[in-house]
Amino acid sequence: MAQFTLPKNSQYTEGKSWPKPAGATNVQEFRIYRWNPDDGANPRIDTYYVDRDDCGPMVLDALLWIKNNVDSTLTFRRSCREGICGSCAMNIMGGNTLACTLGIDDCGDGAIKIYPLPHMPVLKDLVPDLTSFFAQHASIEPWLQTETAEPETEWRQTPEDRSKLDGLYECILCACCTTSCPSYWWNGDRFLGPAALLQAYRWLIDSRDENTGERLDNLHDPFRLYRCHTIMNCANTCPKGLNPAKAIAEIKKMMVARAV
Amino acid sequence: MAEAKVAPRPLSPHLQIYRWSWTMAMSVAHRLTGIALYGGIALFAIWLVCLAAGPGAFDAVQWFFGSPLGTLILFGYTWILMHHMLGGVRHLVWDFGYGMEAAQRIGMARLTLIGSVALTLAIWVVAFVAF
Repeated sequence: MAQFTLPKNSQYTEGKSWPKPAGATNVQEFRIYRWNPDDGANPRIDTYYVDRDDCGPMVLDALLWIKNNVDSTLTFRRSCREGICGSCAMNIMGGNTLACTLGIDDCGDGAIKIYPLPHMPVLKDLVPDLTSFFAQHASIEPWLQTETAEPETEWRQTPEDRSKLDGLYECILCACCTTSCPSYWWNGDRFLGPAALLQAYRWLIDSRDENTGERLDNLHDPFRLYRCHTIMNCANTCPKGLNPAKAIAEIKKMMVARAV
Repeated sequence: MAEAKVAPRPLSPHLQIYRWSWTMAMSVAHRLTGIALYGGIALFAIWLVCLAAGPGAFDAVQWFFGSPLGTLILFGYTWILMHHMLGGVRHLVWDFGYGMEAAQRIGMARLTLIGSVALTLAIWVVAFVAF
Protein backbone atom coordinates (compact mmCIF):
# COMPACT_ATOMS: atom_id res chain seq x y z
CA MET A 1 0.00 0.00 0.00
CA ALA A 2 1.31 3.38 -0.96
CA GLN A 3 2.27 5.74 1.81
CA PHE A 4 0.69 9.08 0.98
CA THR A 5 2.28 11.02 3.85
CA LEU A 6 5.93 11.83 4.44
CA PRO A 7 7.97 9.76 6.92
CA LYS A 8 8.74 11.50 10.20
CA ASN A 9 12.29 12.47 9.29
CA SER A 10 11.08 14.00 6.00
CA GLN A 11 8.39 16.33 7.31
CA TYR A 12 9.50 19.90 6.71
CA THR A 13 9.13 22.92 8.93
CA GLU A 14 9.28 26.68 8.51
CA GLY A 15 12.94 27.70 8.24
CA LYS A 16 14.95 30.87 8.22
CA SER A 17 13.87 34.11 6.57
CA TRP A 18 16.94 35.70 5.02
CA PRO A 19 17.20 39.53 4.90
CA LYS A 20 15.89 41.47 1.91
CA PRO A 21 18.56 43.02 -0.33
CA ALA A 22 19.23 46.59 0.85
CA GLY A 23 17.98 49.35 -1.41
CA ALA A 24 16.27 46.99 -3.86
CA THR A 25 12.91 48.13 -5.25
CA ASN A 26 12.02 45.13 -7.44
CA VAL A 27 12.10 42.14 -5.09
CA GLN A 28 10.90 38.57 -5.70
CA GLU A 29 10.30 36.17 -2.80
CA PHE A 30 11.53 32.56 -3.03
CA ARG A 31 10.63 29.73 -0.64
CA ILE A 32 13.17 26.95 -1.00
CA TYR A 33 13.48 23.43 0.47
CA ARG A 34 16.64 22.97 2.55
CA TRP A 35 18.11 19.86 4.13
CA ASN A 36 21.59 19.50 5.51
CA PRO A 37 22.86 15.94 6.12
CA ASP A 38 25.30 17.24 8.75
CA ASP A 39 22.99 18.82 11.33
CA GLY A 40 20.52 15.94 11.86
CA ALA A 41 17.51 18.26 11.71
CA ASN A 42 14.39 17.81 9.59
CA PRO A 43 14.09 19.61 6.23
CA ARG A 44 12.96 23.24 6.36
CA ILE A 45 11.65 25.88 3.98
CA ASP A 46 13.86 28.99 3.87
CA THR A 47 12.66 32.33 2.54
CA TYR A 48 14.91 34.42 0.28
CA TYR A 49 14.43 37.76 -1.46
CA VAL A 50 16.05 38.35 -4.85
CA ASP A 51 16.76 41.78 -6.37
CA ARG A 52 15.21 41.37 -9.84
CA ASP A 53 17.09 44.44 -11.15
CA ASP A 54 20.41 42.71 -10.39
CA CYS A 55 19.43 39.20 -11.52
CA GLY A 56 18.96 37.34 -14.83
CA PRO A 57 15.51 36.34 -16.10
CA MET A 58 15.45 32.60 -15.30
CA VAL A 59 14.74 30.75 -12.05
CA LEU A 60 18.27 29.31 -12.24
CA ASP A 61 19.63 32.89 -12.36
CA ALA A 62 17.76 33.59 -9.13
CA LEU A 63 19.19 30.49 -7.44
CA LEU A 64 22.70 31.51 -8.49
CA TRP A 65 22.00 35.08 -7.29
CA ILE A 66 21.00 33.72 -3.87
CA LYS A 67 24.09 31.50 -3.74
CA ASN A 68 26.37 34.39 -4.71
CA ASN A 69 24.79 37.16 -2.65
CA VAL A 70 22.80 35.72 0.26
CA ASP A 71 23.56 32.13 1.24
CA SER A 72 26.52 30.27 -0.27
CA THR A 73 25.39 26.98 1.34
CA LEU A 74 22.30 26.66 -0.92
CA THR A 75 22.97 23.48 -2.88
CA PHE A 76 21.63 22.50 -6.32
CA ARG A 77 22.86 20.90 -9.54
CA ARG A 78 23.35 22.99 -12.65
CA SER A 79 25.62 22.96 -15.67
CA CYS A 80 24.66 24.04 -19.18
CA ARG A 81 22.05 26.72 -18.30
CA GLU A 82 20.33 26.13 -21.64
CA GLY A 83 18.09 23.10 -21.17
CA ILE A 84 20.30 20.39 -22.64
CA CYS A 85 22.12 18.83 -19.67
CA GLY A 86 19.11 18.19 -17.44
CA SER A 87 21.02 18.92 -14.22
CA CYS A 88 18.81 21.66 -12.76
CA ALA A 89 15.58 19.62 -12.82
CA MET A 90 13.51 20.47 -9.75
CA ASN A 91 9.93 21.07 -8.62
CA ILE A 92 9.04 24.73 -9.17
CA MET A 93 5.53 26.00 -8.37
CA GLY A 94 4.29 22.43 -8.08
CA GLY A 95 5.54 21.17 -11.44
CA ASN A 96 8.79 19.49 -12.41
CA THR A 97 10.91 21.44 -14.86
CA LEU A 98 14.37 22.83 -15.57
CA ALA A 99 15.23 25.92 -13.54
CA CYS A 100 17.30 27.25 -16.47
CA THR A 101 14.45 27.28 -19.01
CA LEU A 102 11.68 28.58 -16.74
CA GLY A 103 11.40 32.37 -16.56
CA ILE A 104 10.81 34.00 -13.18
CA ASP A 105 8.04 36.02 -14.85
CA ASP A 106 6.28 32.75 -15.83
CA CYS A 107 5.95 31.57 -12.22
CA GLY A 108 2.85 33.63 -11.48
CA ASP A 109 2.27 35.99 -8.58
CA GLY A 110 3.52 35.58 -5.05
CA ALA A 111 6.41 33.60 -3.61
CA ILE A 112 8.09 31.08 -5.91
CA LYS A 113 8.22 27.69 -4.19
CA ILE A 114 11.06 25.32 -5.05
CA TYR A 115 11.46 21.69 -3.93
CA PRO A 116 13.70 18.84 -5.05
CA LEU A 117 12.25 16.38 -7.59
CA PRO A 118 9.36 14.64 -5.76
CA HIS A 119 9.49 11.35 -3.84
CA MET A 120 13.25 10.90 -4.08
CA PRO A 121 15.90 10.46 -1.38
CA VAL A 122 17.50 13.88 -0.78
CA LEU A 123 21.29 14.20 -0.68
CA LYS A 124 21.24 17.90 0.21
CA ASP A 125 18.81 20.79 -0.41
CA LEU A 126 17.62 20.53 -4.04
CA VAL A 127 19.88 17.58 -4.93
CA PRO A 128 18.08 14.20 -5.16
CA ASP A 129 19.76 10.79 -5.31
CA LEU A 130 19.28 9.60 -8.92
CA THR A 131 21.23 6.32 -8.58
CA SER A 132 18.14 4.15 -8.98
CA PHE A 133 16.83 6.29 -11.87
CA PHE A 134 20.02 5.79 -13.89
CA ALA A 135 20.21 2.09 -12.97
CA GLN A 136 16.71 1.67 -14.42
CA HIS A 137 17.80 3.46 -17.58
CA ALA A 138 20.79 1.09 -17.84
CA SER A 139 18.45 -1.90 -17.41
CA ILE A 140 16.74 -1.23 -20.75
CA GLU A 141 20.18 -1.52 -22.44
CA PRO A 142 20.13 1.83 -24.27
CA TRP A 143 22.47 1.00 -27.13
CA LEU A 144 22.21 -0.45 -30.64
CA GLN A 145 22.04 -4.26 -30.60
CA THR A 146 22.47 -6.21 -33.83
CA GLU A 147 22.82 -9.78 -35.11
CA THR A 148 23.99 -9.21 -38.67
CA ALA A 149 27.63 -8.56 -39.51
CA GLU A 150 28.72 -5.00 -38.94
CA PRO A 151 28.70 -3.01 -42.20
CA GLU A 152 31.94 -1.53 -43.47
CA THR A 153 30.60 2.00 -43.17
CA GLU A 154 27.69 3.05 -40.97
CA TRP A 155 24.33 1.35 -40.28
CA ARG A 156 21.99 2.76 -42.92
CA GLN A 157 18.54 4.13 -42.14
CA THR A 158 15.92 5.68 -44.42
CA PRO A 159 14.72 9.23 -43.66
CA GLU A 160 11.28 7.76 -42.87
CA ASP A 161 12.72 5.33 -40.31
CA ARG A 162 14.92 8.04 -38.88
CA SER A 163 11.89 10.29 -38.39
CA LYS A 164 10.38 7.65 -36.06
CA LEU A 165 13.02 8.66 -33.52
CA ASP A 166 11.84 12.27 -33.45
CA GLY A 167 10.23 13.10 -30.12
CA LEU A 168 12.30 10.35 -28.48
CA TYR A 169 15.99 11.06 -29.09
CA GLU A 170 15.60 14.56 -27.57
CA CYS A 171 15.18 13.14 -24.05
CA ILE A 172 17.95 14.49 -21.79
CA LEU A 173 17.21 12.16 -18.81
CA CYS A 174 16.51 15.04 -16.43
CA ALA A 175 14.06 12.81 -14.46
CA CYS A 176 11.27 15.42 -14.44
CA CYS A 177 8.76 12.95 -15.91
CA THR A 178 9.69 9.93 -13.83
CA THR A 179 9.52 11.87 -10.55
CA SER A 180 6.16 13.43 -11.53
CA CYS A 181 4.54 10.01 -11.87
CA PRO A 182 2.37 8.84 -8.93
CA SER A 183 2.81 5.23 -10.06
CA TYR A 184 6.55 5.74 -9.78
CA TRP A 185 6.11 7.36 -6.36
CA TRP A 186 4.35 4.26 -5.03
CA ASN A 187 6.23 1.56 -7.00
CA GLY A 188 9.51 3.19 -8.06
CA ASP A 189 11.51 0.16 -6.96
CA ARG A 190 9.87 -2.05 -9.59
CA PHE A 191 8.20 0.24 -12.17
CA LEU A 192 10.77 1.58 -14.64
CA GLY A 193 9.08 4.98 -14.94
CA PRO A 194 8.36 7.16 -18.00
CA ALA A 195 11.94 8.24 -18.82
CA ALA A 196 13.40 4.71 -18.95
CA LEU A 197 10.35 3.47 -20.90
CA LEU A 198 10.54 6.30 -23.43
CA GLN A 199 14.19 5.35 -23.93
CA ALA A 200 13.19 1.69 -24.25
CA TYR A 201 10.72 2.63 -27.02
CA ARG A 202 13.42 4.72 -28.73
CA TRP A 203 15.40 1.46 -29.26
CA LEU A 204 12.34 -0.71 -29.93
CA ILE A 205 11.36 1.30 -33.02
CA ASP A 206 14.88 1.96 -34.28
CA SER A 207 14.94 0.22 -37.68
CA ARG A 208 18.63 -0.68 -37.18
CA ASP A 209 18.10 -2.49 -33.88
CA GLU A 210 17.67 -6.26 -34.16
CA ASN A 211 16.90 -7.18 -30.57
CA THR A 212 13.25 -6.09 -30.43
CA GLY A 213 11.95 -9.44 -29.17
CA GLU A 214 14.27 -9.62 -26.18
CA ARG A 215 13.70 -5.97 -25.38
CA LEU A 216 9.95 -6.65 -25.22
CA ASP A 217 10.54 -9.79 -23.13
CA ASN A 218 12.47 -7.68 -20.64
CA LEU A 219 9.53 -5.29 -20.31
CA HIS A 220 6.82 -7.96 -20.18
CA ASP A 221 6.24 -7.64 -16.46
CA PRO A 222 3.32 -6.46 -14.32
CA PHE A 223 5.51 -3.76 -12.79
CA ARG A 224 8.30 -2.70 -15.18
CA LEU A 225 5.90 -1.62 -17.93
CA TYR A 226 2.34 -2.14 -16.77
CA ARG A 227 2.39 0.05 -13.66
CA CYS A 228 1.77 2.90 -16.10
CA HIS A 229 -1.89 3.81 -15.60
CA THR A 230 -1.89 6.69 -18.10
CA ILE A 231 -2.00 9.43 -15.48
CA MET A 232 -0.01 11.57 -17.96
CA ASN A 233 1.82 13.73 -15.46
CA CYS A 234 4.94 12.78 -17.43
CA ALA A 235 3.69 14.31 -20.67
CA ASN A 236 2.27 17.32 -18.84
CA THR A 237 5.58 18.14 -17.17
CA CYS A 238 8.34 17.26 -19.70
CA PRO A 239 10.47 20.41 -20.14
CA LYS A 240 11.44 19.25 -23.64
CA GLY A 241 7.80 18.85 -24.71
CA LEU A 242 8.10 15.08 -25.23
CA ASN A 243 5.33 12.54 -24.62
CA PRO A 244 6.52 9.53 -22.57
CA ALA A 245 2.89 8.45 -21.99
CA LYS A 246 2.44 7.98 -25.74
CA ALA A 247 5.73 6.07 -26.02
CA ILE A 248 4.54 3.73 -23.26
CA ALA A 249 1.17 3.27 -24.99
CA GLU A 250 3.08 2.32 -28.18
CA ILE A 251 5.11 -0.30 -26.24
CA LYS A 252 1.87 -1.77 -24.86
CA LYS A 253 0.53 -1.91 -28.43
CA MET A 254 3.69 -3.74 -29.57
CA MET A 255 3.13 -6.25 -26.78
CA VAL A 256 -0.41 -6.92 -28.01
CA ALA A 257 0.63 -6.97 -31.67
CA ARG A 258 3.22 -9.70 -31.15
CA ALA A 259 0.82 -11.80 -29.02
CA VAL A 260 -2.02 -11.97 -31.59
CA MET B 1 39.10 5.14 10.09
CA ALA B 2 35.94 6.37 11.76
CA GLU B 3 32.81 6.03 9.69
CA ALA B 4 31.33 9.41 8.69
CA LYS B 5 28.00 9.88 10.42
CA VAL B 6 25.30 10.74 7.90
CA ALA B 7 21.65 11.22 8.84
CA PRO B 8 19.16 8.95 7.01
CA ARG B 9 18.09 10.72 3.84
CA PRO B 10 14.67 12.35 3.88
CA LEU B 11 12.12 11.63 1.16
CA SER B 12 11.35 14.74 -0.88
CA PRO B 13 7.72 15.96 -0.74
CA HIS B 14 5.39 14.58 -3.43
CA LEU B 15 1.57 14.62 -3.13
CA GLN B 16 1.92 17.46 -0.63
CA ILE B 17 3.41 19.85 -3.18
CA TYR B 18 2.62 18.51 -6.66
CA ARG B 19 0.33 20.69 -8.76
CA TRP B 20 -2.88 18.89 -9.69
CA SER B 21 -3.59 18.40 -13.38
CA TRP B 22 -6.86 17.33 -14.98
CA THR B 23 -5.45 14.00 -16.08
CA MET B 24 -4.10 13.29 -12.59
CA ALA B 25 -7.37 14.28 -10.88
CA MET B 26 -9.46 12.17 -13.26
CA SER B 27 -7.13 9.20 -12.75
CA VAL B 28 -7.71 9.43 -9.00
CA ALA B 29 -11.45 9.85 -9.59
CA HIS B 30 -11.46 6.74 -11.79
CA ARG B 31 -9.88 4.74 -8.94
CA LEU B 32 -12.26 6.09 -6.31
CA THR B 33 -15.38 5.55 -8.42
CA GLY B 34 -14.15 2.03 -9.19
CA ILE B 35 -13.94 1.28 -5.48
CA ALA B 36 -17.34 2.91 -4.83
CA LEU B 37 -18.94 0.65 -7.46
CA TYR B 38 -18.47 -2.30 -5.10
CA GLY B 39 -20.83 -0.51 -2.70
CA GLY B 40 -23.16 0.28 -5.58
CA ILE B 41 -23.48 -3.31 -6.71
CA ALA B 42 -24.25 -4.21 -3.06
CA LEU B 43 -27.30 -1.91 -3.29
CA PHE B 44 -28.48 -3.85 -6.30
CA ALA B 45 -27.82 -7.18 -4.54
CA ILE B 46 -29.82 -6.04 -1.49
CA TRP B 47 -32.72 -5.10 -3.77
CA LEU B 48 -32.62 -8.52 -5.48
CA VAL B 49 -32.44 -10.39 -2.17
CA CYS B 50 -35.47 -8.47 -0.88
CA LEU B 51 -37.30 -9.19 -4.13
CA ALA B 52 -36.71 -12.91 -3.59
CA ALA B 53 -37.54 -12.78 0.12
CA GLY B 54 -41.17 -11.82 -0.35
CA PRO B 55 -43.63 -8.90 -0.42
CA GLY B 56 -42.76 -7.61 3.08
CA ALA B 57 -39.06 -7.27 2.44
CA PHE B 58 -39.66 -5.93 -1.04
CA ASP B 59 -42.00 -3.21 0.25
CA ALA B 60 -39.38 -2.21 2.82
CA VAL B 61 -36.55 -1.91 0.30
CA GLN B 62 -38.79 -0.11 -2.18
CA TRP B 63 -39.77 2.33 0.54
CA PHE B 64 -36.08 2.98 1.40
CA PHE B 65 -34.95 3.51 -2.19
CA GLY B 66 -37.96 5.78 -2.73
CA SER B 67 -37.22 7.90 0.34
CA PRO B 68 -35.24 11.16 -0.04
CA LEU B 69 -32.09 9.52 1.38
CA GLY B 70 -32.48 6.44 -0.81
CA THR B 71 -33.05 8.58 -3.88
CA LEU B 72 -29.95 10.61 -3.08
CA ILE B 73 -27.86 7.44 -2.73
CA LEU B 74 -29.16 6.12 -6.05
CA PHE B 75 -28.46 9.49 -7.69
CA GLY B 76 -24.89 9.35 -6.38
CA TYR B 77 -24.50 5.77 -7.56
CA THR B 78 -25.69 6.79 -11.03
CA TRP B 79 -23.04 9.49 -11.23
CA ILE B 80 -20.31 7.15 -9.99
CA LEU B 81 -21.31 4.55 -12.58
CA MET B 82 -21.38 7.09 -15.42
CA HIS B 83 -18.06 8.62 -14.36
CA HIS B 84 -16.36 5.25 -14.20
CA MET B 85 -17.83 4.20 -17.52
CA LEU B 86 -16.63 7.34 -19.31
CA GLY B 87 -13.25 6.98 -17.58
CA GLY B 88 -13.04 3.46 -18.96
CA VAL B 89 -13.82 4.68 -22.46
CA ARG B 90 -11.18 7.40 -22.10
CA HIS B 91 -8.56 4.85 -21.07
CA LEU B 92 -9.59 2.55 -23.93
CA VAL B 93 -9.01 5.38 -26.43
CA TRP B 94 -5.63 6.16 -24.86
CA ASP B 95 -4.66 2.47 -24.93
CA PHE B 96 -5.07 2.62 -28.72
CA GLY B 97 -2.62 5.54 -28.71
CA TYR B 98 -5.17 8.22 -29.65
CA GLY B 99 -5.98 11.52 -27.96
CA MET B 100 -2.68 11.82 -26.11
CA GLU B 101 -1.55 15.26 -27.28
CA ALA B 102 -1.66 18.09 -24.75
CA ALA B 103 -4.99 19.72 -25.65
CA GLN B 104 -6.65 16.36 -26.39
CA ARG B 105 -5.70 14.61 -23.15
CA ILE B 106 -6.81 17.52 -20.96
CA GLY B 107 -10.00 17.94 -23.00
CA MET B 108 -10.82 14.25 -22.61
CA ALA B 109 -10.21 14.39 -18.87
CA ARG B 110 -12.55 17.36 -18.55
CA LEU B 111 -15.12 15.67 -20.75
CA THR B 112 -15.21 12.73 -18.34
CA LEU B 113 -16.45 15.00 -15.58
CA ILE B 114 -18.80 17.10 -17.70
CA GLY B 115 -20.15 14.04 -19.53
CA SER B 116 -20.78 12.06 -16.34
CA VAL B 117 -22.77 14.91 -14.77
CA ALA B 118 -24.75 15.45 -17.98
CA LEU B 119 -25.52 11.72 -18.40
CA THR B 120 -26.58 11.41 -14.74
CA LEU B 121 -28.95 14.37 -15.02
CA ALA B 122 -30.35 13.03 -18.30
CA ILE B 123 -31.02 9.58 -16.79
CA TRP B 124 -32.82 11.10 -13.81
CA VAL B 125 -34.86 13.51 -15.89
CA VAL B 126 -36.00 10.59 -18.05
CA ALA B 127 -36.69 8.50 -14.93
CA PHE B 128 -38.83 11.20 -13.33
CA VAL B 129 -40.73 11.95 -16.52
CA ALA B 130 -41.33 8.30 -17.43
CA PHE B 131 -42.14 6.86 -13.99
